[in-house]
Amino acid sequence: MTDDILRMRGITKTFPGVKALQDVNLSVRRGEIHAICGENGAGKSTLMKVLSGVYPHGSYDGEIIFDGEPCRFSGIRDSEHRGIVIIHQELALSPQLSIAENIFLGNERATRGLIDWNRTNHEAGLLLERVGLHENPVTTISDIGVGKQQLVEIAKALSKKVRLLILDEPTAALNDEDSAHLLDLLRGLRDEGITCVIISHKLNEVIAIADSITILRDGRTIETMSMEADHVTEDRIISGMVGRDLENRFPPHEPKIGSEALRVEDWTVYSPTQRGRKVVDGAGLTLRRGEIVGLAGLMGAGRTELAMSIFGRSYGTDISGRIYRDGKLVEIRTVRDAIKHGIAYATEDRKRYGLNLIDDIKRNVSAADLARLASRGWINENEEFRVAEEFRGSMNIKAPSVSSITGKLSGGNQQKVVLSKWIFTDADVLILDEPTRGIDVGAKYEIYSIINRLADQGKAILVISSELPELLGLCDRIYTLSEGRITGEVAREDATQESLMHYMMKGQEQIR
Amino acid sequence: MSSISPTSAGVAPGGKDAGPALPPGRTKLFGASLNIRQSGIYIAFALIVVLFAFLTDGALLEPQNISNIIVQNSYILILAIGMILIIIAGHIDLSVGSVVAVTGAIAAVLMVNYGVPWPLALLITLVAGGLIGAWQGFWIAYFGIPAFIVTLAGLLLFRALTLTVLGNQGIGPFPDQVRTLANGFTDGYLGNIGLGPLGGADLFSLLVGLIAIAGMAASQWRTRTARQRYRQSVDPLPLFLLKIIAAAVVVLAVVVQLARFKNLPWVLVLLAALVLGYSMLTNRAVFGRRIYAIGGNLQAAVLSGVKVKSVVFWLFVNMGVLSALAGIIFAGRLNQAGPTAGGSFELDAIAAAFIGGAAVQGGVGKVVGAITGGLIMGVINNGMSLIGAPSERVLLVKGVVLLAAVAFDVWTKRRAGSAQ
Repeated sequence: MTDDILRMRGITKTFPGVKALQDVNLSVRRGEIHAICGENGAGKSTLMKVLSGVYPHGSYDGEIIFDGEPCRFSGIRDSEHRGIVIIHQELALSPQLSIAENIFLGNERATRGLIDWNRTNHEAGLLLERVGLHENPVTTISDIGVGKQQLVEIAKALSKKVRLLILDEPTAALNDEDSAHLLDLLRGLRDEGITCVIISHKLNEVIAIADSITILRDGRTIETMSMEADHVTEDRIISGMVGRDLENRFPPHEPKIGSEALRVEDWTVYSPTQRGRKVVDGAGLTLRRGEIVGLAGLMGAGRTELAMSIFGRSYGTDISGRIYRDGKLVEIRTVRDAIKHGIAYATEDRKRYGLNLIDDIKRNVSAADLARLASRGWINENEEFRVAEEFRGSMNIKAPSVSSITGKLSGGNQQKVVLSKWIFTDADVLILDEPTRGIDVGAKYEIYSIINRLADQGKAILVISSELPELLGLCDRIYTLSEGRITGEVAREDATQESLMHYMMKGQEQIR
Repeated sequence: MSSISPTSAGVAPGGKDAGPALPPGRTKLFGASLNIRQSGIYIAFALIVVLFAFLTDGALLEPQNISNIIVQNSYILILAIGMILIIIAGHIDLSVGSVVAVTGAIAAVLMVNYGVPWPLALLITLVAGGLIGAWQGFWIAYFGIPAFIVTLAGLLLFRALTLTVLGNQGIGPFPDQVRTLANGFTDGYLGNIGLGPLGGADLFSLLVGLIAIAGMAASQWRTRTARQRYRQSVDPLPLFLLKIIAAAVVVLAVVVQLARFKNLPWVLVLLAALVLGYSMLTNRAVFGRRIYAIGGNLQAAVLSGVKVKSVVFWLFVNMGVLSALAGIIFAGRLNQAGPTAGGSFELDAIAAAFIGGAAVQGGVGKVVGAITGGLIMGVINNGMSLIGAPSERVLLVKGVVLLAAVAFDVWTKRRAGSAQ
């Protein structure tokens, strides 16, 4: 028998309306590096949250056996107590505190309630040596780069006597050099007997470092392979990740493609938080009337950033490039400019960026184009009511009236309110960012029908989605984005999940 | 197993009986609790008035006392109007007390020391208030410093400026016209009329009251018919009439009492105009809607093309102008601009807004609510002094009322959230 440090059996986790995990099994051998791969939304992060107690025992079905003992974690402290430490994609460091303070945050080196600073900094120094970070422990976190911050996270994990280290996309924000160093460090930790679970989209790294791999798809375990024994290649992983049939989930649609509506050229955007980091790099795309165009890319590829920067520069700094509307060069500096030029952007995060959740449907629908309902600054509320009622009917928004508070609607109905709001602006170009995220299957079909209808009305539509089947089922043409660059443009007939995934993952190497 | 199923079967009929009865009861309860959240403040106000009318043997509702409550609280109510707008947008203004002082001082120096004609002096003072608001609005909206900090600095800055302008002493007296605006009453243009057992009352005041009631009723009726044309749901006619009549009775009662005393206070006329205007602004104007959008979800407002910075800037300009108005009225009432004028007015205005139903996170609130909140504190102040309560007890009660009002708001919100 193999010596498994961790066995998760029959894990099922449901959110309202969505089955995120279904009967997932995961076995990790002691002292190995185990990779978990899968598309966005395949359930990797959810599985890790179940393991680390973020979702406490009782909120999921199935069992977790760690080191031969069944575990019932009620919180992250419980799992850390057993030596399971997770390092999230977004680093959880306090930027204004020192390295040493961060390492021992919540776990302070203290005697009788007073922090022993000598001990804190001394022990922090030893941990930094172990992870190969040559910095003074009193250095402030914000003064070191992301790569080094990642090492601080690992040092923090080591301080908790970690036995199973979980890394969620550890190299996503790192450059090649830092990535290589991190991978070396993980190999070193393995030799010290620490087991690692690594979630990564970078398949070359997975091939290079992992001993075995588990592939998830649609919330299920597809397969677990030993890298050496099974001669795993990148292509083999990709086919495991996407191998699924397109079901009859999309309404049929015959596109009637017209003239060019939007063209973006040489679009470059820098990150507003990390100086000098290009988030979008010389991207270009063209949208035509009546056409539904997809934008595919992995998490962090810059999809939302590209869209928002086009939409009145609502993301990013030092933006350069040209936008043509109906063939004419236009200058779009603010969201108002964008709306005026007939561009709409429906956000991927409707609760944070899309809706005023404490206000009602009609006031949300009218929010982006109030001027249409007003004369000399005074709103015609009866007209507003009528317009909103029309949308409630045509979009099939399920609510007792347009005076219902949007915060109380289901995800699908909230999304319909967001779409109504942008349709009301009479935009010709609609950028829809993850239009079906967190929506149940029935409502998804309705949203697809709405999108088709909009295209038939002659609108140009860009759909951003993490779900490749959705793009393949809905779009007439698909762009792929990787690390801020457009790496491919594929017509629907030629597109397969495999080909898109190749562009999304290997794009960079193919370009060079 | 078999022993359990009969019991549960035996329970089932009773449960079934309760079943159909419960949902209507629950929805009714839910509907009522929703109503309480919106109208709780007015019910609370009515209860407090009744309570103090009782405790003071009716002295609270005597003609002169009603007039006093209005005049004594007018400047706080004016400030509360500006404050509620700022709080709806998710900001705060701690400087209004000092702005009241400095604008009162400016008005006094202009009129008393330099002999500037009073209409011009009033205009200059209002513009000065606007400039002060623009100064703070710039740092908040365009420079991005939290309003709490900017206006805390303003609280110190404008108090310092007051002392400088006044040379650390009171300046007065004010021209009669300014004193009349702050403290005076409309003339008995049409003479008196006998009201039977109530004695003589000013006919002009009564007529103004009746016209106001007629106007209110007509406008409500127009709104109702317009909504019906658009096939929106409206209150059933009896309820609609009941609401109008109730409001008319309250207005009429106040007006009659005022007419029996000294006619209408000018500040009441001013306040009525402000409340009407700002209620229209918040309910019906694009600008007003923007304020709610910003406070409700700032990010969504930005992505809907709302010029957030400009809206916030103008809100503070507006607050400055209203503070100047309050400053003139306060100084005119005392007939002197003093170095300590307006102390802790900001706290009263903020308390009025929150008692009146504003949400701490912004996005919620009504002008009429803030006015009611201000009147609740005014009635508590007045009523407790009538029964001879010491000032420490007045403060205690006001503190408890503020805490209770916000606790109630948080509680109803949480319940609404958990019901979902």
